Amino acid sequence: MNDLYTLGEPLVDLKDPGGPIEDRWDKRRFEAKLVSPANRRRLSVIVIGTGLAGGSAAATLGEAGYHVKSFCYQDSPRRAHSIAAQGGINAAKDYRNDGDSIRRLFYDTIKGGDYRSRESNVYRLAQVSESIIDQAVAQGVPFAREYGGLLDTRSFGGVQVSRTFYARGQTGQQLLLGAYQALERQVQAGTVDLHTRHEMLDLIVIDGRARGVVIRDMITGEIETHLADAVVLASGGYGNAFYLSTNAMGCNATAIWRAHRKGALFANPCFTQIHPTCIPVSGTHQSKLTLMSESLRNDGRIWVPAKAGDDRDPREIPETERDYFLERMYPAFGNLVPRDVASRAAKNQCDAGHGVGPTGLGVYLDFVDAIGRLGRSVIESKYGNLFDMYRKITAEDPYQVPMRIYPAIHYTMGGLWVDYDLQSSIPGLFVIGEANFSDHGANRLGASALMQGLADGYFILPNTINDYLAANPLSPGIDTSHPEAVKAATAVRDRIEKLLAINGGRSVDSFHRELGSILWEHCGMERNAEGLEHAIGLIRGLKEQFWSNVRVTGHDEELNQALERAGRVADFFELAELMCIDALNRAESCGGHFRSESQTDEGEALRRDGEYAYVAAWEFTGLGTPPRLHKENLEFEYVELQQRSYK
Amino acid sequence: MNITLRIWRQQNHDDQGRMVSYGVDDISPDMSFLEMLDVLNEQLTLTGDDPVAFDHDCREGICGMCSLMINGLAHGPEALTATCQLHMRHFADGDVIDIEPWRSNAFPVIKDLIVDRSALDRIVQAGGYISAPTGSAPDANTTSVARKDADRAFDGAACISCGACVAACPNGSASLFLGAKITHLGSLPQGQPERDSRAVSMTAQHDAEGFGGCTQIGECTAVCPAGIPLDMISQLNHDVLSGLTQPGGQ
Repeated sequence: MNDLYTLGEPLVDLKDPGGPIEDRWDKRRFEAKLVSPANRRRLSVIVIGTGLAGGSAAATLGEAGYHVKSFCYQDSPRRAHSIAAQGGINAAKDYRNDGDSIRRLFYDTIKGGDYRSRESNVYRLAQVSESIIDQAVAQGVPFAREYGGLLDTRSFGGVQVSRTFYARGQTGQQLLLGAYQALERQVQAGTVDLHTRHEMLDLIVIDGRARGVVIRDMITGEIETHLADAVVLASGGYGNAFYLSTNAMGCNATAIWRAHRKGALFANPCFTQIHPTCIPVSGTHQSKLTLMSESLRNDGRIWVPAKAGDDRDPREIPETERDYFLERMYPAFGNLVPRDVASRAAKNQCDAGHGVGPTGLGVYLDFVDAIGRLGRSVIESKYGNLFDMYRKITAEDPYQVPMRIYPAIHYTMGGLWVDYDLQSSIPGLFVIGEANFSDHGANRLGASALMQGLADGYFILPNTINDYLAANPLSPGIDTSHPEAVKAATAVRDRIEKLLAINGGRSVDSFHRELGSILWEHCGMERNAEGLEHAIGLIRGLKEQFWSNVRVTGHDEELNQALERAGRVADFFELAELMCIDALNRAESCGGHFRSESQTDEGEALRRDGEYAYVAAWEFTGLGTPPRLHKENLEFEYVELQQRSYK
Repeated sequence: MNITLRIWRQQNHDDQGRMVSYGVDDISPDMSFLEMLDVLNEQLTLTGDDPVAFDHDCREGICGMCSLMINGLAHGPEALTATCQLHMRHFADGDVIDIEPWRSNAFPVIKDLIVDRSALDRIVQAGGYISAPTGSAPDANTTSVARKDADRAFDGAACISCGACVAACPNGSASLFLGAKITHLGSLPQGQPERDSRAVSMTAQHDAEGFGGCTQIGECTAVCPAGIPLDMISQLNHDVLSGLTQPGGQ
């Protein structure tokens, strides 16, 4: 313990119904109170975000008859970043008769998360997974099919069963359009009010319950307050804290961070996922990174020149002078080791001077053997769209020259703490999809993000939120003139005025870029106590500079993209500090989080279950005062904890 | 590379708007077009000018948010490429590049290069879905779908709703957008019950929004970053006709 944080009371999930794991979801649904259909239209729910989780939740709550207000920052709900997911969606359908089951998907997800997620939640996710595919097909999602007309599946991310459903390399797009269309159907039916180009800037808490939000109309700049019986955050992850990530440019943590400041606990903020197969940075102008599906590792071989600094054309480097480092280090799994292992190995090679490409931050992913073995046409049919995308961005032809890849931030497993009902520590505030922390532990399996977003939105939240709404409607007479609503809106206006008044000498983006490089360096795929303490100092210093020297041009009452970004970056500063504090506290290596102090003699990750088998849920105690850590112990009744080994 | 940009600046919907010239220097050929605009905006910010407002989000060519008319071409000179995936290596040192917003009555300008495309969402609201309330679905493999139908549905579903088809069309028609959705849903067995009414009601909304009619010019498909083929408009016409002439049709 140190002066960076304090320890609070332990935390218990009071909504987990207990009993045999197969029966828990049934039991919870049965015990949850219902709202009669006639009463639902008198109850309102605000949903922030229209990705897979938010879009599916808003549509489903609208179908149920609630009055839904849906908000997104984009110009259309269909543009939420779920749309960019490529690979697929897992479901325990066992259509292949290859030994899959709910139990196996549950087990794989717990193990993949390195034993840092809740058994009850993950089991329910696996149970619900089957209904998601049914729902999507009924909506017209054009999944890949066999010639016989039945659904095709593939194996994904090194899993031994074929449980991943996909729609070419655009599965996220197609699932999101399914949810979007269901949402627009409810807009037409009058159950959902849709507000595009509207951004949530604060949460309104009245008498200890979440009752509304403060929203900025991004076209007029008007600050609006909206009240409802309950609030759902489906605002996505916080990968953009790193500046460079595979997230969309607008992805931000403001909704969840503002809720955190109003009392919602933030769980496991240091658990972020780094994806090994991204296109490397080409220069300082880089604004974002592009992911290429990791299915490429099924056929590509990863290597670097054996001699550091060897800058010959890769085609001129003979076999004997190449180091296929994953195949050498992990003969059993080779190029198919999990994302975190592949990422860290690549970074270590680059740090040792073996990196390739103009920046030295890249390793080769070579298809020459696969093309020789299978023929160009097979490779083209499998990966054609990815090869085209690579060529568009780099101007290199991967059929001729090996691809260059480098790890990048892709997903955040941490998020607001929620109970089994997906309710945060603020009553009436529910958090779904990537914005919560619930199902992926310390690392997420490939093709599981889409599954979780849709499970939460279509099936879980619509069943648990009733229990809250039935017992806790907004008191009659409370409207937007309530002092708490006025106070929240005033605070938002003051903050905007403050940002506009600084008129300093640096752009918002320049601060964001610098913050990102601090996080990447010290709170990325490998961390240690010294680096994290150093990073906290750097972040605090930079945050002070930001508030005294940032320049935000223009006015409040207009479309102002610099102002939008300034508010988001200001929140990233505060979140970044908490990420480092959480990483510092967790002195073990687990999942995507490698602490250099906690490794085996062979240099592999060493998890420390005795000390860290808990969810770290952080309480905000005020700016400049140390956050308080609440531990939720993780109990494992159905899986046996094992150290991962890929040798 | 040093580039001269002539960019449409318009403070808000009511402002008249005008082209304004800017220079950007030391542009790397590896930059994306939007990263080049980021460089311009960084310059403008430091000199205290209002940065150029433009829509963009995923920068991977899939969200459909980016929307620039570049030298008179929707999404610029590269085929099958959204603006965000266009790179500066396709331009030369000394080039003068004109950048304008989508031009269409149905897409009013909000600011600079940003237009309001909510008309496309309203077309979808008018019937661009299959009515399948959550929880009501049968097992996914209950209905088999011939692979050619699934592929055809996917080809339509690949539309990213960017609006380039409208911007490129001399008639300002959104028929390619409409045809893509009609083909997507109408190619699947799940989409049959509402097929006729969908085509009629979506087309009525399309017309009500002020989009023009289709005269089969084909500019839309030439600029479409998602490669939506022109024959999807034929599918649209087929389904509308069917919807209007079926007994019990509208």
